[in-house]
Amino acid sequence: MTTEVGSETEVKKEPEKEKGEEPAPTADAQPTDSPAPEQENQEVAAPSENTTPEAPEATTPEKKKEEEKEKEGPVKEKGISRFLPPWLKKQKSQTQVTPKEATPLETTPTDGGVATVEGEEEKAEPEQEVGETSPPVEPPVENQEVNGVEVEEREEVKSEEGEKEESHSTGSADTQPAKEEKEECVEKGAEESKPPEEGEQEKEEEAKEEKKEEDKSCKPEGHSILKSPLKLTKKMKVAMCHVMMLDGTKFPCEVEKRAKGQILFFKVCEHLNLLEKDYFGLSYRDNADQKCWLDPTKEIKRQIRNNNWQFSFNVKFYPPDPSQLTEDITRYLLCLQLREDISSGRLPCSFVTHALLGSYSLQAELGDHDSDESRLPDYVSDFTFGSAQGKEMEEKVVELHKSHRGMTPAQADAQFLENAKKLSMYGVDLHHAKDSEGVDIMLGVCSSGLLIYKDRLRINRFAWPKILKISYKRNNFYIKIRPGEMEQFESTVGFKLPSHRAAKRVWKVCVEHHTFFRLTAPEQPPKAKFLTLGSKFRYSGRTQAQSRQASSLIDRPAPYFQRTSSKRISRSLDGAPVINVTDADSGPPFSSTPGENGHDPALELNSDSKDLDKTQDEVLKHQASISELKRSFMEATPEPRPSQWEKRLTASPATSLRLQGPGSFEEEINSLLFNNPASVCSGLATSCSTSRQTAGGDLTQLTAEKTPPRTDLTLPDLKDVSKQAEVEVEETVVIQEVRKTPKLPCPTPELVVTAAVETEQPPQEVEPKVNQEAIQEVEPEVNQEVNEEANPEVKEETRRASMSSESESEEEAEYHPQVEVNTSVNQIREEPEEEEREEKEDQEELKQEEDQEELKQEEQEEDQEEEKQEEQKEEEEKKEEHEVEPEPSELPEPQLPIVETDQSPAVVLASEAVPVAEEEGNTDDPMMTPEEAPNGHVHPQDPAHSEGLPGLVALEEEEVEPRVNGETERHQPQVICCSEPPVVKTEMVTISDTFAAQKTEIATKEVPIVHTETKTITYEAAQLDGGADGEPGVLMTAQTITSESLCTTTTTHITKTLKGGLSETRIEKRIVITGDSDIDHDQALAQAIKEAKEQHPDMSVTRVVVHKETELEEEGEGGEN
Amino acid sequence: MAGMCPYGRFTHAVVRGIPETFGRAWEGGESGVDLAKAQRQFGVLTGALRQKMGLQLIVIPPDPELPESWRVEDLAVVQGDTALITRPFRQQRRSEAEAVRRVVSELNLSVVEMGAEEGGSAGATLEGSDVLFTGREFFVGISSHTNHRGAEVLADTFKDFAVSTVPVCGGSRLKNICSMGGPDTIIISNSNGAKKTLHMMEQLTDHHYEVLTVPEDAAANCVYVRGPSKQDFLLHRPPDECPDSAPAFQKLTDYTLLPTACSEASKLGASLSSFCLLINRKPHF
Repeated sequence: MTTEVGSETEVKKEPEKEKGEEPAPTADAQPTDSPAPEQENQEVAAPSENTTPEAPEATTPEKKKEEEKEKEGPVKEKGISRFLPPWLKKQKSQTQVTPKEATPLETTPTDGGVATVEGEEEKAEPEQEVGETSPPVEPPVENQEVNGVEVEEREEVKSEEGEKEESHSTGSADTQPAKEEKEECVEKGAEESKPPEEGEQEKEEEAKEEKKEEDKSCKPEGHSILKSPLKLTKKMKVAMCHVMMLDGTKFPCEVEKRAKGQILFFKVCEHLNLLEKDYFGLSYRDNADQKCWLDPTKEIKRQIRNNNWQFSFNVKFYPPDPSQLTEDITRYLLCLQLREDISSGRLPCSFVTHALLGSYSLQAELGDHDSDESRLPDYVSDFTFGSAQGKEMEEKVVELHKSHRGMTPAQADAQFLENAKKLSMYGVDLHHAKDSEGVDIMLGVCSSGLLIYKDRLRINRFAWPKILKISYKRNNFYIKIRPGEMEQFESTVGFKLPSHRAAKRVWKVCVEHHTFFRLTAPEQPPKAKFLTLGSKFRYSGRTQAQSRQASSLIDRPAPYFQRTSSKRISRSLDGAPVINVTDADSGPPFSSTPGENGHDPALELNSDSKDLDKTQDEVLKHQASISELKRSFMEATPEPRPSQWEKRLTASPATSLRLQGPGSFEEEINSLLFNNPASVCSGLATSCSTSRQTAGGDLTQLTAEKTPPRTDLTLPDLKDVSKQAEVEVEETVVIQEVRKTPKLPCPTPELVVTAAVETEQPPQEVEPKVNQEAIQEVEPEVNQEVNEEANPEVKEETRRASMSSESESEEEAEYHPQVEVNTSVNQIREEPEEEEREEKEDQEELKQEEDQEELKQEEQEEDQEEEKQEEQKEEEEKKEEHEVEPEPSELPEPQLPIVETDQSPAVVLASEAVPVAEEEGNTDDPMMTPEEAPNGHVHPQDPAHSEGLPGLVALEEEEVEPRVNGETERHQPQVICCSEPPVVKTEMVTISDTFAAQKTEIATKEVPIVHTETKTITYEAAQLDGGADGEPGVLMTAQTITSESLCTTTTTHITKTLKGGLSETRIEKRIVITGDSDIDHDQALAQAIKEAKEQHPDMSVTRVVVHKETELEEEGEGGEN
Repeated sequence: MAGMCPYGRFTHAVVRGIPETFGRAWEGGESGVDLAKAQRQFGVLTGALRQKMGLQLIVIPPDPELPESWRVEDLAVVQGDTALITRPFRQQRRSEAEAVRRVVSELNLSVVEMGAEEGGSAGATLEGSDVLFTGREFFVGISSHTNHRGAEVLADTFKDFAVSTVPVCGGSRLKNICSMGGPDTIIISNSNGAKKTLHMMEQLTDHHYEVLTVPEDAAANCVYVRGPSKQDFLLHRPPDECPDSAPAFQKLTDYTLLPTACSEASKLGASLSSFCLLINRKPHF
């Protein structure tokens, strides 16, 4: 024990040393610190411990290894080793520490103090490791690595570790931790297999942190249960679980009583040798005998209220196309599930289909038809799935079976699935409900959406893209439907379920299915707030896309498994392999295991790299395409295994931010786009709510876990990301010539010269450029926010707003499915209260669409809308002409706070400040009509300028501060909420892009102006809403520099956050020239473009659009470079 | 799934001759139908089914006692190896099913009786002209002749498929405003009612269908058959009956278009598809 402890302490110390943080604390500190189980303690303790010499570590690890091996090593090692790639194994030295933890049971009896120490040590270790190895990449978040994992690796790695330790002057421990992190990811899978008692807690802890920190997609599966080490030792109480497998066998399994669902699930998967586990889940029966899914992220004990630990292993998400599953074993399990579904009646099918499926099963399990007639009756009955038409069915099955001669089991399974998947009720999870009129119906949740059945008839269907919000309240379940083409307003459909629990169950299933099938990456659970009531549940596992990606990398040899007739329970064919796994705890590690399992970790790592490659190519091709964006997000975030997300949550904010950032961005954007901003404030709030939740959730959890957020760390993370990522930067220079058109409410008649330059630059570079531009051109006001970070706050803010408005009942929860950016346009329309507004909005939409087109994001929907909108436009123009009266007004010069982009939160504030200034002039009326709004300067793109929505702005401001104070939030730039700006009429003269390339200088006058002169009413906000010019998932910073005649706004859109390191940044610069008629617009424009060009040689002006406000006599001209 | 194959593969067509009493039972009273012309048109239709489309034609002799018995489409819904004998809305027609039942039995189809559920399915009515089978799913038009209960029986009979109910806004029967024009093509009228129905179908389906809209309701009812060598055959109303829709059919490239007159039957609210019951006796497994 003592040796172990020493090693642990050493480890802690080492990392710190490397960091160079603080020298001093000796070993003594550890014991004292030990009581504090959680990360905080670790952090604190670690620095103090640093002083300890490295040398002891080196020695200790070896010793430890030996000890560990003796004690527990063999068992643990087996499980982990399989999954660990060889390089991971090196970490053994660290693993030494793990044994200690593992040993706690043993040790505890001797010394309570020791046990506590161990716990601390464990915690400390992760941190150290992180800091040491991955300092550049990831901010040091506390990494708590599971001792158990390490232990497993020990044996194999031993030699390597020793070498490494030696090599590293400071200490092996330091290097090891880093390794461990990597390994951990891999190991996590392995951890699952570990014996529940020891490994679980440790694993969980480690997993959490690791997940967060792990840049690459590892599949951490461990749960993060942060409990005091003492508890660990004490609470080794084990519960016996019985899991009903799909083949009818029962799998007994021991789990620590406080283990989370994941632990058990992983054990089962390991027992099955199943890698594509994301489609599966464990279910249990609640007191009402309703089937419930075991939440992997929660303690089992708290979910199953009755004390029988009976579970069944089931398919949770039925893949629409089983042929895309990678492994035969997965398909086999799916077949078994479907057989059960059919026999139970859940999956109705015709007699013929029934027989056909039975015949395939027969072929798969028994091979070619045996001509020996005598056997038929016996075995065939097993494959009729309990059909009532026994004899007839058997005959049919046999007849069909004969036709399958020569088909391999895998082929037969594939055929089975090909037929089964076409059944209309395939994968439909039915729930009893009543409609609003009290009629009994069934809600069917499936991969494509929500189906409504009355008896057996499908009477309605809501595809996921049509659903804006899913919520439940008491025993009611609601879905908010996106308005159709003909409809203006979204509608909410309510269903009554038998009970509150039933309503929640449906809601959860919907959320999970939506996330799994519709999203590329899971959403983060909402942040816990005081105000927030209701479930914060979110699906935390991998999505289908992620699962496919991960499984595509599986290259292990097809696992051996034996097909079993479902009725032959006694004969557990799976026995041998399974048993080994479960028994692994006590048994010696298999030599073979490492090789087989080794693939897992490696696979994931590989996937990342591959993804990067892909993304780059794709990005180049279509920068703007939404799908890519999503992809990039996905890739950027390490493929989260269910456990990973949890880990992230618990992990330090910095890491979480980094990983989640992209996702949150996207979400935010999506939310903005998709949700109807109907009642402006509320709408925005709601829309944003989800996104906010994601970010928020992390933070809250982090705090809860006592992990002090390290803001410092965030920076390094960002850097790392940027380094890895190749960034494509588009800069758009928007030159606006605005004559002082006082009256127009919209400050910015926009015209935008968009110069889209694509340069591949690291994101870091981009920011500086932007700043320069802004500064040079006018008054330096640069708000550059870290896009990624910014989102969360915004979301939160919005959410809060929404929360307040909504009734607060504990028994309700909402979920805003947000996937596609494009659709958002529709929603926007709906919200305007006034007809005029609606019209205006429509125009905005048009504009957005145009922008999007510019961006090359085209979707059919949009196209359609555009057409409509165009029609509307014309009408609107006519109408609105009266409205717009040019009133000469002085351009207010808003005082814009100068903010420097870098990670300071202040930036956000600055952006917001701008709007405020404007608002002062404006009336408070949120719904200000264009006329009302004061014109002054142009803030073309500031989404933050919710001029129309003062309320929102206020909210943002207020909330921003608190957040800033909050630990994690510092780095998060605030997201600018898109508001609906007043409509300004302007004439647009568009110069086609083709010219741009040819001209070096902008001669505005001489430029061939395309006299298309489309008069368009443009909203500033519209662009923003559109995802800032229709770029989905973009976070932007907006800088506005205003001088008397010039207003320059630089907006940075980050279209894609990191995709495995790829990010695409688009910088759009708008130069608005405002002034009285005195100004020589041409000159000013030319100058502006020139400047822009000089500043950004690598950028090109792709487009110059001159908007002239209709009232003004003078026009703007566009020149192109 | 067993019966799941692209729409259009048929081997047999069941028709029933035009009785002398043709048009007499028409609810609307004087229909002004021309019996001889109707029989000629029937002859042309059956000739196209047999000779052009290559279907085996099973002709049930006419029964003067059953003036509407030629509308065999209403009497059964056949998919795969299962035939559901329907229960027409009007009592007088229910005896028409007997002959059809016999025929499908001879074809070794497993026959499901809607009437057999009299007890539980009391009040269930269903007519085949309200049923659109797309090869992937069923749409049942809830009309004056078909009710929900009837649709439920259909759903219970063909369990492999999704059965969705849609309102029939335009014509009196679902197939008066739409029909299949290919494996994934729905031909539908351009009327407002039909648009509503189409919209509902689009919302309810998991699949994507091509939609061919035709300006006239009558033109929306066609008979599509995919021949053994994968030719596409389409029986449609001739230009003189549906002049505005002729261009629309020209969009169906590589189709063998078979303009088939149906003026007399259409006076009785029927159309091309009403005459025939298409059956596929070569199930693909």
